Amino acid sequence: MASDDIWILGIHMTKFGKHKDKDTVDLAAEAAMGALADSGVTMKQMGVLAAGNLMAANAGIGQQLQKQIGQTGIPVYNVANACATGATALRTAIMAVKAGEADYGLAVGVEKLSGAGLLGQQAARPADDTWTPRGRQGAVAGLEGHVGTGTMPGVFAQIGQEYGHKYGGTSFELFARISEKNHAHSTLNPLAAYQKRFTLEEIMNDIMISYPNTRPMCSANCDGAAAAVVTSGSVLKTLPKEQQRRAVKVSASVLTSDPWQEACQVLPDVNTLTRNAAKQAYEQAGVSPSDLDLVELHDCFATAELVHYDNLMLCEEGGAVDFFESGAPWRDGSTPVNVSGGLQSKGHPVAATGIANIWEVCQHLRGEGRDRQIEGAKVGLAHVIGLGSACGVHILERAAA
Amino acid sequence: MPEQVPLVDYLMLGEEPHLVANECAGCGARYFDRRNACAACFGTEFRKAAVATAGEVRAFTIVAVAAPGVPVPFVAATVDCAGTSVKANLVNVTPDPEHVRLGMKVRLTTYLVGTDSAGTEAIGFGFEPLETTIDGQ
Repeated sequence: MASDDIWILGIHMTKFGKHKDKDTVDLAAEAAMGALADSGVTMKQMGVLAAGNLMAANAGIGQQLQKQIGQTGIPVYNVANACATGATALRTAIMAVKAGEADYGLAVGVEKLSGAGLLGQQAARPADDTWTPRGRQGAVAGLEGHVGTGTMPGVFAQIGQEYGHKYGGTSFELFARISEKNHAHSTLNPLAAYQKRFTLEEIMNDIMISYPNTRPMCSANCDGAAAAVVTSGSVLKTLPKEQQRRAVKVSASVLTSDPWQEACQVLPDVNTLTRNAAKQAYEQAGVSPSDLDLVELHDCFATAELVHYDNLMLCEEGGAVDFFESGAPWRDGSTPVNVSGGLQSKGHPVAATGIANIWEVCQHLRGEGRDRQIEGAKVGLAHVIGLGSACGVHILERAAA
Repeated sequence: MPEQVPLVDYLMLGEEPHLVANECAGCGARYFDRRNACAACFGTEFRKAAVATAGEVRAFTIVAVAAPGVPVPFVAATVDCAGTSVKANLVNVTPDPEHVRLGMKVRLTTYLVGTDSAGTEAIGFGFEPLETTIDGQ
């Protein structure tokens, strides 16, 4: 192993779902202590802590966590980057290790989101006594429902529809079938918030949220946390063989934001920054999409999963529908996608998601995936996107030994 | 006729209502909000540019669940107006997938949002199908 390679030494994910008896710090502590135990190291060795919690981004989750698991005086970076917060925390720890400022870094993402309901809408402002223009658009009233929608299901519905308009082949049923796949996968994941298999009919006849996304086609708000310990190749060399064997190589770690595009002020462009991140990641890792044994991508809505087949170059440009129709993204297909059940069934505790997807890939690369193990998995990719926008892509490889 | 104000400052009322973008003098990028500098080329000079009132639906969703106080269902869309993308509701169309289609030709129209205590009307905009047949298609 090269000295400047980055490795995940240990990683942990809590059960996703409702944790009525645990607060945000409890969940973060469970994930962090789990990751340390999995790594065979302690807080004393950590040189940097990066922590993310979006719902209370100003509360300093990193320092709150230290009070419960170890105050050693190391630098803490509290990060917030929408749904890419977890990946941003991990990338921050990786950068510190890569820069030689720390031998070990701990990254944590945590969220309490059960019962949060619809995210991303601007609540309609009650009409003032007299109309008064406000803000950068000089609006005299709330714009939600008057000038399109800012709700997450509505925005991502349009993103899927836009793909359909450009390339054809999409339908309500096609999007529902993507959701059917992920819910089927979730039945093998005991940490998923929901493990219920749905028929296509049940998905299509469920409550419509924002056409074509019905309720089971939307990511599930829930509680959860995930954490990882990273180190360098030079440190890993000094550790016992068993730790080396279970370590997972971070072959690529990329974070991008959305470059300007004509329509991006109107409908967020989640495509260009994902494609840019994927291109950089494949180049860094020296692997191609066909080398991937599994992919965990950001299926915040069924309509989003489709466009990311294309953005991550798992198919030819414009070929996402054919890719899905071929059966490729099912767990027995050529490129299994979201074998964890994805955000639609595993759940989406926002800041935890960008580390939890890496935990999933690590399980398979270590051969510890139990019932849902993808046999012989050597290379995997984890992708998240946060609207605004931020995209994280990590490519992970099994240890050679 | 009561006094009228536009819902947003980029809607021009009058005999031929239309949208006006802030167009970057350097690269032509268009914005509907106030910008400090151009996100595409970093230029700081902007001019007003009228946006075509006819367009094509590039993406839509029918919002069935929204924040309290927002009437549903409504059709939210991205409309391509001769190369300028516009975020808007589709109006004067039945909000179901049989009547709203990708690629549908639409045109800008205005409607009354509400009246304030001084009797002033706020006027909003939306896009309606360019041609309707008997069954609304």
